[in-house]
Parts: sequence; structure tokens; C-alpha cells
Amino acid sequence: MMNTNVPSTWEEFTEGLWERNPIFVMVLGMCPTMAVTVSAINSISMGLATTFVLAASCWLVSLLRHAIPKEVRIASYIGIIATFVTVTDYAIQALSLSLYEALGAYIQLIVANCLVLGRAEAHAAKVSPWPATVNATGMGLGFTLGLTMIGGVREILGNGTFFGLSLFGEHFQPWVVMVLPPGGFFVMGGWLLVFALWRARKARLAAASAEGVQHGA
Amino acid sequence: MNTPNSAQQATPTGAMIKALGLVSAVCGLIIVGSYQGTLSAVADNKRIALERAVFKVIPHAKTVSEFYALPGARIEPVKAGDPPAGAVKFYAAYDENNALAGIAAEAAAKGYADIVRVLFGYSPECQCITGIGVVSMRETPGIGDKILIDKDFLANFKELDVKLNADLSALANEVKTVKHGSKTQPWQIDAIAGATVTSRAVGRGINDSAQALLPRLVPNLEQLRTKP
Repeated sequence: MMNTNVPSTWEEFTEGLWERNPIFVMVLGMCPTMAVTVSAINSISMGLATTFVLAASCWLVSLLRHAIPKEVRIASYIGIIATFVTVTDYAIQALSLSLYEALGAYIQLIVANCLVLGRAEAHAAKVSPWPATVNATGMGLGFTLGLTMIGGVREILGNGTFFGLSLFGEHFQPWVVMVLPPGGFFVMGGWLLVFALWRARKARLAAASAEGVQHGA
Repeated sequence: MNTPNSAQQATPTGAMIKALGLVSAVCGLIIVGSYQGTLSAVADNKRIALERAVFKVIPHAKTVSEFYALPGARIEPVKAGDPPAGAVKFYAAYDENNALAGIAAEAAAKGYADIVRVLFGYSPECQCITGIGVVSMRETPGIGDKILIDKDFLANFKELDVKLNADLSALANEVKTVKHGSKTQPWQIDAIAGATVTSRAVGRGINDSAQALLPRLVPNLEQLRTKP
């Protein structure tokens, strides 16, 4: 039986990028979001590490979905997620020790990122491996985008640099609060406000054009 | 408790155990495979990171050897496996002629936010500390992390006196962090104004480490003069 509501690969991929962005729309995974976004490079690295864990876990969860009875699914998913977090942990140590130290315990804490278990449970366990992996990759990249938008602002204001490049010269007095934990909340709140205003404007325009059509008719 | 409906839907115990066994086996293979695959690259990275840190505090160094200083004023090269009881690790750095360029060791003490770990370079010639580099810290950005860049603070470690007393059992003068601007002796560290807690942590860490290491190291310096 064909289901006409099956989303296309493109729709699976873009769902998490924008429409249901994990950070700004679903507000998931706030622990790493606040903790590692002190610079753009840390944010991108953390985002890509999470993307890999998310995509690989969702692929394996989907592959084994008929073999895992529902009574033991959470234990199985957490085992699978912990496996790929361990793989990521080794891979980052092999790539760069300084990056590994900058991200610290937050790599291991990907195990407890609710985004990963949430997507495994809510999506990957119900669909076949290809859409599960594509959707998870999109969600992961959406997470990366969100982290980088927060990390970029915090690095620019809190350190006067972007990806390590100095922006304002010697006389810039950094806003130290931006690289401290409260700065994470300020920037997160600022972005949520921007998104809320943008959505409200979109809704108002849609309502206005609908009204215009009515009057014109 | 015997409800026929739930009995019909329940998964048999064997199937649950089989599923968990399958997941564990797959996960186990992936973990061990990636561990083996990355082992040599991780070891290389750790060695490069150590060399970079040591070369920063001992500028003329070209190679590094690791040693333990043991109770009873003995030293021995680091071997694989757990360190011997009571061992203090240090690094002997050699120049291109395989002559001793300096000694480096780690110092750690509680700072404002977390443990501040620094690596310091020790010169046997002047019996002084000749440089420090931060290994890890989580001090407040813009305040505590000035220990990395504050020129006046780093100048404390160009020639910080850590001479031993006459019977080589302890430092002749304890390394001590003093209030900003009140340094009068070569074994004192002038704190950064506004970052006293972090400055004190560096001083305390260096003092503890030097007290533990130098009485064991200095009697054995001749052994270390050329690269083993």
C-alpha cells in the first residue's frame, strides 16, 4: 500500500535544517549548546561530532528495528549511541588533542544529548535505514548550524575574533560575559527572539495576503 | 496476576535476551575495531603534544625522555604500565648534541574554577625555573587566564629561584606567591592584580612539585647529562 504522505529524501534532509531546527525550534540538546559554544570552531566541531553520532546511531537503530523488541529498545538504543560516541571520542583524539581538550567532557556527554535518543526513538525506529540516516544527518547539520550561530556571536563579542581571526584590532575591549555561561543564555535568547519575530512577521504577511485575496474576490 | 491479553502480546524472554546480545555484539565489534584503528594515531598525537609543551619551556630542546623520580633519591626511565608507588614523573630534554638542555615537570594546584596544571622548565645550571606553560585550566576568561599572557607575570619565571638547602632535602626557600608589586626575593612570584587566586595556584603547584621532585633529582643529575 502506497502512502502518499511519505516525505521525499530532500524533505527528510531539510526538516531538521530549518523547519524543525533542533536548537531554535525544538530546543533540544541545550547542555552542549550552552557549554561549548564559546567559539565558532568549537561549535562546528561539536556539531559535526553530534551529527556523526546521530546519523550512525539512527542508521543502526533503523537497521536493527525489527530485531529489537520494544521492551528492551531504550537499553539497546543507548548502547548503540554510546558505541558511536566512543568511536567519535577516539576519532577526535586521533585527529587533534587540542580540540579534544577544548571540547572536554562534552564529547562523552553526547550520549546524554536528548536530541540523539529522541530522534532514534521518534523517527529512526519507525522508518527504513536510508530515510532515517538522511533525516538524522539533516537534524545534525541543523544542530551544527544552530551551535555555530551561537558560537560565532559569542566569539565575536567575547573575544573579538571569528574562527580565530582578529576582527577589531588591538583596541577592542572584549565582552567577557559573552564567553561565560550567562553569555550563552543571552545569545540563545537573542536568536530565539529573532526567530520568533521572523515567524510572527511571516504569519502576519500570510494573513494579510489571505485577507487581500478575500477582498479582491 | 494472570492477564491473558498481555500474555499474548509479550515478547518471549529468550527473544529479549537475544536482541540485547545481538546489540552488544555489534557494538562491541565497532568499539574494539575503532580503538585498534586509532591507537597509533592517538599515541603519536600525545607524544607530539608532550614534545611541543616541553620545547616551549626549554627552547633549545630537540628530544624528550620521560623519567620517574623515586623515593630514596633514585631515578629510572618510564616504562609501559603503571608508575611505581610514590613516583614523580619528569621530562629530561636534550639538544641536538644529545646534551641535557633542561628538565621539565608538571605542577598542579586548585585554582579559582578547577585544577590549574602547568609545565615548568628547570635549569640545573642556575637551579632555577626558566619558563612555564599551561597544560590545562578552566579559569575565568579575561581574568584568570592572564597567567598565559601577562608579561609581568611570566617574567617571574625567567629565573625563579628553587635552590635546595645544604643537605638537599628540601628547597632552601619555599616558592611563594606575593601580592602584586611586593616581590622582593628571587623565589617569590608577583601575583597578577585581580587574579590572585590563579596566581597563587601556580605558585603553590610549583612549590609542591619542586619540593617533591628536586631533592630526588639533583643528586642524580650526572646520570642525565647525556641522552640515555
